[in-house]
Parts: sequence; structure tokens; C-alpha cells
Amino acid sequence: MAKKTDNTMKRVAVIDGCRVPFQRSGTGYYDLMAWQLGSFALKGLLVRTGIAPGEIDHVMMGCVAGDIATTNVAREVALGAGLPVSVPAHTSTLACVSANVAAVNAANLIATGNADTVVAGGVETFSDADIKISSRYRRFILDVTMYHRPRSFIAMLKRLVKMRPLDFVVPEKPAVSEYSTGLIMGQTAERLAKRLGISRQDQDAYAAQSHQRACRAKDNPAAAKEIVPVVVPGKGSLVTRDNGPREDTSIEKIAKLKGAFDRKYGTVTAANSSFLTDGGSAVLLMSEEKAKACGLKPKAYIRSFAFSGQDLVDELLLGPCFSIPKALERAGITLKDIGVFEIHEAFASQILANAMCLASERFAKEKLGLDRAVGELDMDRLNIYGGSLSLGHPFGATGGRLITTCCNRLVDEGVQFGVVAGCGGGALGNAIIFENAN
Amino acid sequence: MKYLQVETEKSGVMAVTIDCPGSKVNKVSSGLLKEISGLLDRIEKDAGIKALVILSGKEDNFVVGADVDELNAMKGSDEVVAYITKAHEVLARIEALPFPVVTAVHGNCLGGGLELTLVADYRMASDSAKTLMGLPEVQLGLIPAAGGTQRLPRLIGVSEALPLMLTGKNLRPKKAKRLGLIDEIVIPHGMKAVAMKKALSLSDSAKKRQEKKRPLKERLMKKALDGTAAGRGLVFSQARSQVMAQTKGLYPAALAIISSVEFGCKRGVEKGLKNDIRIFADLVMDSKSHALRSLFAGMTDLKKNPNQKSARPVGKLAVVGCGLMGHGIASVSAAHCDTILMKDVSLEAAAAGIKEVGRGLAKQAKSGAITAFERDVRYGKLLPCDDYSLFSHTGLVVEAVFEDIGLKRKILAEVEDACDENTIFASNTSALPISHIAKGCKRPENVIGMHYFSPVPKMPLLEIITTDRTAKWVEATALEFGIKQGKTCIVVKDGPGFYTTRILIPLLNEAIKLVEEGADAKEIDRAMKLFGYPVGPITLVDELGIDVAAHVAKGEVRKLFEARGLTASDGYTKLFEHGFKGKKNRKGFYVYDEPARKPLLGLFAKKNGRPVNTEVYEILRVGSRHFEDSEIQDRLSLAMINEAVLCLQEGILSSARDGDIGAVFGLGFPPFTGGPFRYVDIIGAHKIVEKMKRLEETAGPLYRPAGLLVETASKGRRFRDDL
Repeated sequence: MAKKTDNTMKRVAVIDGCRVPFQRSGTGYYDLMAWQLGSFALKGLLVRTGIAPGEIDHVMMGCVAGDIATTNVAREVALGAGLPVSVPAHTSTLACVSANVAAVNAANLIATGNADTVVAGGVETFSDADIKISSRYRRFILDVTMYHRPRSFIAMLKRLVKMRPLDFVVPEKPAVSEYSTGLIMGQTAERLAKRLGISRQDQDAYAAQSHQRACRAKDNPAAAKEIVPVVVPGKGSLVTRDNGPREDTSIEKIAKLKGAFDRKYGTVTAANSSFLTDGGSAVLLMSEEKAKACGLKPKAYIRSFAFSGQDLVDELLLGPCFSIPKALERAGITLKDIGVFEIHEAFASQILANAMCLASERFAKEKLGLDRAVGELDMDRLNIYGGSLSLGHPFGATGGRLITTCCNRLVDEGVQFGVVAGCGGGALGNAIIFENAN
Repeated sequence: MKYLQVETEKSGVMAVTIDCPGSKVNKVSSGLLKEISGLLDRIEKDAGIKALVILSGKEDNFVVGADVDELNAMKGSDEVVAYITKAHEVLARIEALPFPVVTAVHGNCLGGGLELTLVADYRMASDSAKTLMGLPEVQLGLIPAAGGTQRLPRLIGVSEALPLMLTGKNLRPKKAKRLGLIDEIVIPHGMKAVAMKKALSLSDSAKKRQEKKRPLKERLMKKALDGTAAGRGLVFSQARSQVMAQTKGLYPAALAIISSVEFGCKRGVEKGLKNDIRIFADLVMDSKSHALRSLFAGMTDLKKNPNQKSARPVGKLAVVGCGLMGHGIASVSAAHCDTILMKDVSLEAAAAGIKEVGRGLAKQAKSGAITAFERDVRYGKLLPCDDYSLFSHTGLVVEAVFEDIGLKRKILAEVEDACDENTIFASNTSALPISHIAKGCKRPENVIGMHYFSPVPKMPLLEIITTDRTAKWVEATALEFGIKQGKTCIVVKDGPGFYTTRILIPLLNEAIKLVEEGADAKEIDRAMKLFGYPVGPITLVDELGIDVAAHVAKGEVRKLFEARGLTASDGYTKLFEHGFKGKKNRKGFYVYDEPARKPLLGLFAKKNGRPVNTEVYEILRVGSRHFEDSEIQDRLSLAMINEAVLCLQEGILSSARDGDIGAVFGLGFPPFTGGPFRYVDIIGAHKIVEKMKRLEETAGPLYRPAGLLVETASKGRRFRDDL
């Protein structure tokens, strides 16, 4: 633990990262809680790097749909992985870039000398999502037990009579829409596709490619090394691979699907959208000096990062094209310098839209105040081992996967810069630029 | 006062804290009894006292039972009678106090400790994993004579009390509360204040403790069994037949408990207590109880590591081979390691082992031994591996693969490559000499043997095998590790079969020889069970596997015996060649594939167990012949005993105590004999030598008595000089 805070910023190194295999919700991790997925990832990270649990100064985990039983899920993740109780932990939430937030916070702690060794990652499960009982039933329980207790049996009966039978049965609809606009994300993706004229064919082609890349990566040791196998508690079944990627995905096949958010005219389908996924990820970040002292070899350093906020209706999913230019500017480099792109794929239309915007001079001028377009996104350097469309998207954990893959690729491909970016609900975006440590 | 601290509140509540001097635990002793008696003289006269609270001044125990050393030192039964009479007097006086007495229990409350709480009006126990309550006297060949046999059945009913006393099992607070043994569970902190408050309120309300309401079904059942003479008669007769079936009547203490409880039920507490004095005094003087107490003392000694300072902590453990042994070893390590790598040839095989560990953890959580979260944390320590990539920084690697020297050497070489000089390599082998496995390896000083017994979580023994080259810190670390796993560890020298397997082999060899000579396999098992073994040798071989017996019989151990001019039977090999593997392939000495004929209402259920597979006889022998039980017992037991003495003579064993512990806890040598060495002491070495000389003539040179045995006999010495 860093003893004294000083004003010179320290370089933040990424040592290693790992994650559990991502599983479609309701499958491999059916009975598990989110913290368990995080603990497995963290435990794997500790064993892999050989770092003693007592060396960790802080744990930060991203999570979106938290379980009320584990509101600060990072603490359970840390304890569950056998970290000493003296290691603080907190949970960050910023929609689909929650783990990015964890990583950035970790980097800040290290850079400012407030910590030397921090684990950042994320967890998510939708296999056991919290479902609320109806608001009338909730009101009834809260009133009767706490806030307006009936004084007599008759008073209690009077309350009961006011309730309708269905109040006890029908749960509240899960809140999946944007609170401020009432639009759900798929509808926004649909709007985006229509606004920018992104064709169904292009979307399907991109989605099919994501699956093909992910399937090829299954047997590629370079891609598989970020995964730590899980023996599911209770069942004892072994999970070693992501079960999202579909071998049989082809453009022809997915072309038959109907629009998921606009049955009549829609182009965004179940196949070209990311699906509900369970997973956990963890990344070990250290100050350069500490890594050296521990004999650990960094893979990459964090060069810069940026967040962005956009219009809630028309730019909800455009986080990357707003945040990447900012991060590039802070790093003092251009898009051409980037050799590794790991960008979150919420929808095929969203990825294609971001690529279009980055390449657009008009977008650069109107939205970013730049003279020229940011640049062409090299699709051959983007998500080469698959992305959220195929590997799946456990909201809180995805950022950890992106960072791990990005840093591994920097080393494997021997390029200097890589970027991790994502968009999130609330029309927010994040981009982090990594520099190869060699 | 030396043992007690007394303070009285203004309210009139007196708190008595038991804190035995010079010990981490409180034990019932004459000194303590005397002091309580003196205190009672005072408080019986003091009209100002309104209530009494009894608690412990120790950190994590209430009273752990009687001071066994004091019992051991008693010369004659008169001394025992005086001791137990005094205990009765003190307890009766506490019971008779005119004001409420509350006991506040945190930590172990066993034997005499529990009996002390039984005379209180109100019992509190702390909500802690450290709090265990029970009457373990039977395990020492004794009865809970300080009121346990009389007061416990009255408190919780005969049908609940008997099993507790007969097994010596401990209860956790939750279960104790359910049974009505305790009245309330409280948090361990501030128990004294809480207990005093309760005591005061009891004295104010003049209300003694209330009977807890149980569910109707339970109440009816209890009423039927405990409330009626016929019901109680049924309970007693069932308990008796169960004890007889399990122990063949070889443990007098168990039967004494039943008759003592029965006597008390019929004649009342006072007469029952008086009756217990005689029974207890006789048992204390009985050789079986002596033997059991000596085993207990040996186990207690072996819980200490004489070389603890040289032991290094093992944070990361790797188990290579995740079968029955491997996952068993992981199971008993999950509490005190940070990380356990489970390595096997495939991740699937490793996962299968991890699943089993998980199953054990789930059971522990269900019983309340650990919390659900602790279960998950321990489970999370297990990582499946199919290579050595994660092996760096591993403190200890335990190899538990098939008994194949080539395979073991290969794994050792691989581990040496993956790890460094700080990693211990332990082989869990039952017979392969450790020095052979370590031959030609890079770091023989890091190689040791850790011979676990199956099933690992249940079997208490761990045999640690050191070679001439094993480093001191390696031995100390392995021993510390074993003790932390809750094992009773004996450290022995390397050699074929080490100690336990080596002494088992002559017994198994003689067993199959007897079959070859015409003895009935079932008769052999029956005779040995009558001798006191928990399972007969033939059944044991079926369980272990005939293939294993054949494998071991032809290995290094065979050479050892041949060097002594002995010829081993090749019976197991023959059977193995005929496809016999024992229970595992349902083809053994016994028939395993019986047609599932369900007897009508269980009335005509066969009581004889499995029939013998007569094919075995066709392979092994010409004709049959009847053997007396004593002949079977002598031949098999003396074969083992003599080999044990040889192990001591050759320095494989460092003490006779270790030999006794190893044979009893590893091989089921009858515990009431105290082990092979104490058995010789009880019978007399000269008598054993005579018997062996006779057998040498009739049954062969295996029975040539060991030199040390002859020497012990001729000098009139004993192997064990304690007790």
C-alpha cells in the first residue's frame, strides 16, 4: 500500500486480466449469484499472477442490475475470493461501461499514489434478475408492516379489501427503458439504423462475422487464455468456454428473423443484438514501481481515458465516437496510431453507426468541433476474437473483458496503442487508450 | 481461591467463574470439586444471595470434562469411589440451592462440564461454532457417572439421551436447543451480564424454567417412547441389540450406559446415582478403558508438533490426481489453504473431484459447522487444472495417482520443473518406498510421503514417511499441515509398505492362506470381528480391491518378506487373473449381484449378509476344513502384531505409541486393546512368544517371533509404560 501521497502522477500498468466463460443467461450459471462469478474471475487472476491476496489494496467491480442482497457486490466478490477483510471494495455502476469506470477509478487511485495494487472488473447475472412485486402490493406490505400500521383487525381488513387479487400476482414490469425518454434500447438502435441508413444486410453481415470470429477464437490459445474455467458449485459441471457464439450463424439464416423492436419495418433483430449474459471479469492494475518490486511484467500502461455524454434519443448508442476522439486528444495521438480496437457491440447497428460517425467529416465538425473526420475504423483490427454480439454481454463485466483482450492483443500483435470503448444507457460513453508495455 | 472467581452484584446475583490455573482449558478435578464444595458451604448460609451464575474464565471452553490424568493416576477403585462420590455430593448441593442457578456456556462443554450444567435451572449457550456439548465418556470406555446417565434422560428423554451417550457425539447449540438441553442461545459477548440479568429475573418471578413446547408429532412420539414403561423397554432393548450388533459386546461401557439409564428410570435418580458409582469405579480399573484412555492420551500428544518452528505455512496446495484420495485430501485442506489446485489429466476429471469436495462442504454447511458463505469461499479456493502452468509458488504438492512408480516419478519430475526449492512434493502412496520414487530427482530433500486413508475426511490417521534425505523443515511442514487437517499423524521411516501397509500385508496374506487351507471366508470375517476389528479382512480386501491387494503383494513388500525366507501366497494374484477385483467390479469373495428379492414387509430379511462367492474356493483350494475362532484370531492378529514389533525393532517406528495409534486408527486394530503393543502388554509378552512358537511349527516361519519381542518377554518388560 502506498504510504504517502505525492503530486507526481504514477504510470498505471495492466498486469493481467481474466474472466469466467460467459454464459447465456439461464444456462451454465443458472443457480449462481453475481458475486460468485466475480470471485471465480478474481481468484483465477490471483492464482495466475501469483500475487498474494494481502498485496491487493482495493477491489472495484462494475455491476448494473445489482441484487438487493449484495448491494455492494464488490465486497462479496473480494471476500469470496479469499481476500483479507482489510481490503476495501466498492461497486461502480455506469450501465454497460461499469467495469470501465472501475478500471478508470483504479487507475486514478494508483496514479495519485493512493493505492499501488487494485483489481478492477465487473459482474452481472440475469439468470436471477430481481423482479419487483406490483407497486400496490409493495405499498400494502410497507404500510402494514412499517409506515401506517393498522391499529385493529378491522382496519387491517379494510386495507385488504381495497386490494385487487391481481395486485398479489402480477409483478411490476422490469424497467428496461431509458427513464428519461421511455424508449428501450432496442428501439433506440432501430432509430439509429434508420437515421443513418444502415441496412439490414450490413447489420446481419456484421453480426455473422462476430459469431464466426468468436467461434474461431475458441480454439485459439491467444484468445482462450483470458478465460479461467469454472466448476459450477452444486452441479459440478465444468464450464470452459463461452456458449454465446453460434457455429451455425450465417447471413442467410439470420436474415429470416423478424425485427425484434419493430415487427413491421425493423432491421434490428435478436441475432444482430447482444443477448442477456452472465459473467464476471477481473483485471489487475498496479503502479509501474510496484509491479517491478513484485517481479510482475506489465502488459500495457493506461495512456489516457475519456467519458462522454450525448443526446438521449438520437445519440444514445454513440458513446465510442464521442469518447474516443477525446481520449485520443488527451493521449496526443490519432486514430491511425491505434492498432487494437476492442469496442463493445451492443447492436450491429450501433457499431456500424459509430464507425460511420468516426469517418464522417460532418459529424466531426458538428459534434466534436474538429476540422476533419476522426478516421476510418479498421474493421480487421476491431474485435477480432468476437464481441458482445457473439460472446455475450454481462453488463457489468464486459469492460473487464475488453481491457483484458485489448492488452493481450497489444502484446501478441506487437502494436503500440489500443483502445477500449463502449456506450452505455443514459447516453454515456467511455474510451480508454492503452500503450504496449514493451 | 485457585479455581474460582466469585463476585456478587448488589442485586444479590452471584457470578462464579471457573478458571483452572495453569491450563488453557477447564477440567473437573478433585481440586475444583473441593473448592466448589467450600464455596457452597458459604453460599448455603448466605441469605443475601438471590441467584447464581456459573461460567468459564477461559477464552473458548466451558469445562471440557474430567481430568483424565487424575483418573489414570488413581491406584484402586476406592479412590475412584471417593472421587465420584464427592462429585455427586457437590452437584446435588448445587441442584438443591433454594435460588435459581444459571449456566452460561461458551466453547466446549463436555463430560463433567455438561453434567455440571444439568443441575442448573437454566442453561444458556453461546451462538458460536466453538460451542459443542456432549458426553464423550463412552469413547474412553467409561460412563458419564456424574449424573449424566440420570439427569440427561430426564431432561431430554431416554430416546434422545441414549444415542448421545452411546456415541459420545457432540451437539451444536442449535440442535441442543431443539432437544431441550439448553434453554437459550445468546451471542458469545457479554454473556455474563446477560446470564446475571436472566438469573435475577428468574429469582424475581420465582419461576423456574419452563418446558419448551415441541411439535405435536414429536410430543406424541416422545410420550409414547419415554412416558410409558413399555415404550422405554422398547428403547432399551433396541439400544442393547444395536450395541451388540455393532460391538459384539466388546465395549462394556456402552452396555453399562444402557443398564445404568434403565436402572435409574426404574429406581429413581438417587439410587441410579449410587448404582453408577460402582459401575464407574469398575470401568476405570478395567483394562479396556485403560487402553482407550491411553489411545486418547496418545492422540492428544500427537496433536502437537515438536518441530513447529521449522514448519512453513502452506497457502497454496496442489493435488495431483483428483480421484477419491485426491478430492478427500482437498476436502480436509479447504479450511486452511488459500488456494487448492486440482490437477488431473483433464479438466473434466479435475471438475469431478471438485464436485465431490463441494458436496462435502455443502454437508458441513447444512450441519451448521460452517456458514453458507464460508462454504462458497472454501469452494472458491479450488481451481481445476490440466497442466502445471499455475504451479509456481505452491507450498505443497500432494500426488495421489495410481500406485505406479513410473507415473509417480514422472509427476515428480514435472512438479520439480514447474516449482522451486520451496515446494514440497508429497506422495500419497500406501506402499511404494518414497526413496524409490525420489530416486534421481532434483530435490530429494523436498520429497516426503503422506499416506492418507480412505475415505480421507473420515479416517483420522495420516502416516508421514521421511527418507534419509528429507529435510527437517519439510517434515515439520508436512506434520503441521496434517495436524491442521485434523489428522492424528505418525511420522515413520521409509521402507516397503512403511508401517501400516507393511503390518497389514502379513495379516491379509494369512487370511488368504486360511482360505486356501480350507477355511470359510465368512468365518474368517466373523472371527476377526469378534476379535474386535470393525470389518473382517476378507470384506476389507473386497472393499480395497483384489487388484490392489495383488498389486501390493507383488511389489517391494514381497521382496522384504522373501528376504526373510517367507513365501507369500499368490492367491490374490490368481483371483485377479480370473477377473476378480472385489466390490468395484462386483466380483469378489462375496456375491454382490444378488437378485433384488424384497422380503415381505422386511420380516424375512436375511440377517446373514452376503453369501460367499464359491467360485473363489474353486480357484483357491481343494477341500474345506473347520477352524476354531481362536485359531483364526491368533494367526491373523499375531501376524500383524509381530510385524509391528519388527517395525519398532528396525526403527521404522520411533515409538510403540505411534505403532498403537497407527494400527488402531489406520487399520482398525481393536481400539479396546489399545493397539498391538499394548495388546502384547495386556496379554503378556511371554505368552505371545509361546503362542507364536507353537504357530511357527504349524503355520510356518512367518510366526518366528521378532527379536525385540523375545527380548521383551525374557526381560519381563513392557512396550508401553504409561498407565
